[in-house]
Amino acid sequence: MLLAVLSGLIFSIVLVFFGRAFKAKWSILIPILPTILVIYFAQMIPTISSGKGFLQHYDWVPSLGINFEFQLDGLSSLFALLITGIGSCIFFYGRAYLKGHPYFDRFFGYLLLFMSAMLGVVLSNNILLLFIFWELTSISSFFLIGFNNDSADSRKSAITALSITGIGGFFLLLALVLMGNIAGTYTITELIQHRDTILNHQFYPLIIGLLFIGAFTKSAQFPFHFWLPGAMKAPTPVSAYLHSATMVKAGIYLLARFTPILGNHTYWNTTLMVVGGITMLYAAIHSLFRIDMKAILAYSTISALGILTFLLGVGTKEAVVAACVFIVVHALYKATLFMVTGIVDHETHTRDITVLGGLRKVLFPVAIAAFLAALSSAGFPFLTFGFVGKDLIYEATLHYTNADWTWILTGATVATNIALVSAGFMAGIKPFVGPLPEKFEKVHLPYKAMWIPPLILAILGVFFGVLPAIAGDYFTTAASNTIWGMNTESYLKVWHGFNTVFTLSVVTLLGGTLIYAINKPSLAKLARIEKLNSISPQRIITGFANDIVRVGHWYTGIFHNGYLRSYHFKIILFAEALLAYRLWMSGPISLDMWDLTYPDLYEVAVIFILIGALYLVVSTASRLTAVVAMSVIGYCICLIFVIYSAPDLAMTQFTIDTLTTVLFVLVLYKLPPFINMTNRGIMVRDAIVATGFGIILSLVALKVWSEPISTEISDFYGENAYLLAKGKNVVNVILVDFRGIDTMFETVVLSIAALGVYSLIRLRLKSSEKE
Amino acid sequence: MELLLIILIGLLYGAGVYMILRRSMVKLLLGIMFLGTGANVLIFLLGGITKGKPPVIDEAAKMFQDVYADPIPQALILTAIVISFALTAFAIVLLKRVYALVDSDDLDDLNTPEEEDI
Repeated sequence: MLLAVLSGLIFSIVLVFFGRAFKAKWSILIPILPTILVIYFAQMIPTISSGKGFLQHYDWVPSLGINFEFQLDGLSSLFALLITGIGSCIFFYGRAYLKGHPYFDRFFGYLLLFMSAMLGVVLSNNILLLFIFWELTSISSFFLIGFNNDSADSRKSAITALSITGIGGFFLLLALVLMGNIAGTYTITELIQHRDTILNHQFYPLIIGLLFIGAFTKSAQFPFHFWLPGAMKAPTPVSAYLHSATMVKAGIYLLARFTPILGNHTYWNTTLMVVGGITMLYAAIHSLFRIDMKAILAYSTISALGILTFLLGVGTKEAVVAACVFIVVHALYKATLFMVTGIVDHETHTRDITVLGGLRKVLFPVAIAAFLAALSSAGFPFLTFGFVGKDLIYEATLHYTNADWTWILTGATVATNIALVSAGFMAGIKPFVGPLPEKFEKVHLPYKAMWIPPLILAILGVFFGVLPAIAGDYFTTAASNTIWGMNTESYLKVWHGFNTVFTLSVVTLLGGTLIYAINKPSLAKLARIEKLNSISPQRIITGFANDIVRVGHWYTGIFHNGYLRSYHFKIILFAEALLAYRLWMSGPISLDMWDLTYPDLYEVAVIFILIGALYLVVSTASRLTAVVAMSVIGYCICLIFVIYSAPDLAMTQFTIDTLTTVLFVLVLYKLPPFINMTNRGIMVRDAIVATGFGIILSLVALKVWSEPISTEISDFYGENAYLLAKGKNVVNVILVDFRGIDTMFETVVLSIAALGVYSLIRLRLKSSEKE
Repeated sequence: MELLLIILIGLLYGAGVYMILRRSMVKLLLGIMFLGTGANVLIFLLGGITKGKPPVIDEAAKMFQDVYADPIPQALILTAIVISFALTAFAIVLLKRVYALVDSDDLDDLNTPEEEDI
């Protein structure tokens, strides 16, 4: 199973290196892979439907609990068959659709990557592994949506889709890690045994909340649905495969997969029902106003995903069965309709249903496929799988456990389905009936590889419609058993007799047909709907994203404006606040007056000279005065060192100060005097900040000075300077002996600085460098 | 004397901060020098000041007989003075170089206009 999952990934790497060869001669090899995979999964059906499953385990990062653990049970088998089965059709179709495209190899690289990732999602038995594949699907979807990378619209849609699903993925990871930590395992089959622990944990609402965000973003549930219509910028095979049949169902898969672990709880069921209900109604109504075939299909896909979420929320046995059947129903007819749309677009270069008509005369087999798919989506009785699906959905809502809600739920689903019937007709029938416009008369059938796959899927829809028991036995029952956790009897029958459900089906069909007949979508109507967009979630969320960018600009403008002094200003202000807070918290300063040394007069004089020089440096306009005053400060400090028993310091300070002054004067004598470059207000502001900093530092010094200090280390040096190091000047002994290596590195620093100074002085300025 | 030194520390730090908030590069450098001097005096003070008792052992003795000034702050400050000289020397030469290039002492003249778009 590992090979099955990774084969697409490997193949796409091969495409990176040998893409040229696969573009022309060997391109037939590409669709072979999904075909092999579909056979591989199909031969496992008998085992799966007898209730057994496959488990596989390979170590990957065992210390983190991330391993290649795969399981094939009813649910994953259903999805794996959809992914590879519809995948095969799409691959054959796509090969013809994109024939001669310069990025042919790139396209299939992404598509294979996606198929691999999607198989990984549905086969993983380890939730962290599942997450990795989950993110891979988002990434491949990003590349496929942005496939026409010279169109700004495509790029924007790709980024929107990636950010929405990416943010969702982030929340999903949180949910998975939380769940794994509570249960102590990351393996799904083991998590089920810890159901009670998780359900009773205080974090349960948080876990499902986060999980829902992940699932809803991926499966385009309200209010995160808007990335999906944008994703239709992708080439049509991609829309058919990723954005209707498989990837967007990953969220549904996730919910179904975790139903046995987290489901059947009031929070779980209510949230799913409400969100799913809103989504299905909202999107179904929106689909009525679109004129672009792909947009109609996009909204009806969102609506179908809403129905699935809703059914999982209802959560009864009937609802679970209905959800599993509807997944297949929807995948079959929606992939067909998308492929038909692709053909129409490919041949007529438009997807506008107000322009298209009469195409049955030129695209007859395509028209049949579209017609069958539209009927299946409408749930036409006795003939289509859609009818079976719709029956089951009504069955589920009518038998909802809380009788008060029955009619609300049923009403919502009926309304949704009526709109969907009409949407299906508009996309599947409208372009093919009526008179053929003159400009489409030259339209001809495309390659067989393009119209056979949708026809197969459409006929499969009818086949399962006539013999639903086959679909039940081989695909859906095993899946619903997995979700439900116990055996669900197969409800899949064509005829249930004249009961409420049948009446509702007929009402739906008639209602939908009526709306189709009356409703004439047009640009004008679309424009009116667009006006409502100012309050749509898309506006709000993209507006929010723009606001974040604006805050970023604002923040950068304030904190990173590129002026050194402004950086200094903020750092110092922050340091002041921090120090002031710490000083405040550390309590009052107790000063022992007896500890103070009384200064002699000449010491006071030195300090006053120093302060005078300091004032001179700050206030003078002459550079030379400043440098001289600076040297006066240095000599005064030197005197303080002399008086207070630090002869070495005094000598060093004296030397260094002299050198600095000489250097300053030598190098800077020709510079102009200081120009007063700032206004008074800023100077006052800076002076206040500087005074504050000085006062705080004084207080810190006072505080530290008043605390007792330990002299242990000093005593050690004092006692051992002569005994161990044979030196009598303790400071020198410390520097050259006890801490000799430090001093050596200090010398290295000095040498580097000297080298820098020397090379800067010697470096001649080229005339071109001078501005 | 301690109190005088504490006031001196505050003044040195305050002057240093004020100077590094100026636009002139020379003033910036002077400000950094002030901050360094302030730090030196601070360390010197915190070790405890002692008048007339340098940490040098008598010719005749092998160990101290009397109280003596704390040698550790002195060793630290000595290192600090030398290192800050290296910094100052390099900065002065760099300043001259910058001045030769842009003909200005103004820090703002070093800013390249940023691109508006991101």
